Amino acid sequence: MKYVDEFRDPKQAKKILLEIDKLCTEIVLPEDRPIQIMEVCGGHTHSIFRYGLNQLLPKKLEFVHGPGCPVCVLPRSVVDNCIRIAENEDVIFTTFGDAMRVPGSEKSLLDLKADGRDIRMVYSPLDAMTIAQNNPDKRVVFFGLGFETTMPSTALSIMQAKKLGVDNFYLFCNHITIIPTIKAVLDSPGMRIDGFLGPGHVSLIIGTKPYHFIADEYQKPLVAAGFEPLDILQSVWMILKQLKNGEAKVENQYKRLVNDNGNASALSPIAEVFELREFFEWRGLGSINHSGVKINDKYRQYDAEAVFKLKEVTVTDPDVCQCGEVLKGVLKPWQCKVFGKECTPEIPLGALMVSTEGACSAHYSYGQNIDLINQKL
Amino acid sequence: MCLGVPAQIKEIVDMDNQMAMVDLSGVSRAVNIACVLSDTNSAETLIGQWVLVHVGFALSVVDEEEAYKTLKILDEIGELYATMEDLKQGEK
Ligand code: SF4
Repeated sequence: MKYVDEFRDPKQAKKILLEIDKLCTEIVLPEDRPIQIMEVCGGHTHSIFRYGLNQLLPKKLEFVHGPGCPVCVLPRSVVDNCIRIAENEDVIFTTFGDAMRVPGSEKSLLDLKADGRDIRMVYSPLDAMTIAQNNPDKRVVFFGLGFETTMPSTALSIMQAKKLGVDNFYLFCNHITIIPTIKAVLDSPGMRIDGFLGPGHVSLIIGTKPYHFIADEYQKPLVAAGFEPLDILQSVWMILKQLKNGEAKVENQYKRLVNDNGNASALSPIAEVFELREFFEWRGLGSINHSGVKINDKYRQYDAEAVFKLKEVTVTDPDVCQCGEVLKGVLKPWQCKVFGKECTPEIPLGALMVSTEGACSAHYSYGQNIDLINQKL
Repeated sequence: MCLGVPAQIKEIVDMDNQMAMVDLSGVSRAVNIACVLSDTNSAETLIGQWVLVHVGFALSVVDEEEAYKTLKILDEIGELYATMEDLKQGEK
């Protein structure tokens, strides 16, 4: 595959690790606290654990796993609404596989499927639209979630349905936007992040310009980063260089895919189909203003929320869940009271345990901090 | 969720619906190319190019020149270390 092997070269990685080591010793923070870099995107969390980068990097440098795993921040109430839609006899409910096991108040989509309801995993929203074309007597609902990376695909699928006159296709829209999310993290009390690994594939849609307030107003460096091990290491190195020089800039490591201005051809379908919500409820983070989008009036007939008359109810997580603290970087995953006990990837209690992009599942699945886990057990 | 895979565009199969066949690690698949069509990239010029595919949509064209530049920077980051190693070798 083009430019995959080149960015996994272990020899090159070793050299950069040495440079990173050196930089880390040169950066001294007050009270000798560790340097904290937040990777906003769950894809980065996954790569960091998959390649064991956190074990290779100096102890003085800590990754804080950000809120960028769309499945992990889905509130229970949204899963409950999925269930409400999927329970209708004439509905075929379609979703990406990741969302199947997210626990709702009573059950997950996977549980409902086991009960015999027609719930199908799809690779693409276009596949869901094709299912609608092939099943004209059914109502086919696609569960749309994810940040800006997935928004153009859902928007284009809706536009395609309109073009082809497919009127039994609906979108349950739970897309979220990255900028208000990062802002919420920056504004949260006790925030001590020193720099950000910017989400690579969100950036290829929105570009790097929208991040400038992070450098300008909060004086934090951000580097838009690719997902291969060398991409991540180089980006960490770039952040450390800035920290050492006392700078705060937005930089782009992922230039082979990310253009600073973003992708106009991908932004236009988003603008065509969606509008901002006043606020959106996040699991663990609470309500964040303008952090979600919904279908606009022009495409209202495809909006599952309107068609199925869904109510917005808030359902809180069980008290024992500490997902919120983990999401904000206040607690490490293994410091949660139920980590690895009541909450495991097989039977997740919190959403961070569901997808390998979630901080808890990544820690658990990749045997991270085994000693600490053992101490706790 | 946001991860994508690089794939090479082989042929345009349905211009009306902006669909192309790509080679995804040896597997052929139809993907939508609406997001990579622009004033500078017509359907014809896309053939043979590498794109990042995410949930059935090509989201961005891989810029070969920029990839090469990044690899070169990576090489340079390591250079200092390589020189130090050479020096150490010399001391022995
Ligand atoms: S261990 Fe489970 S409940 Fe605790 S923070 Fe992680 S996902 Fe949430």
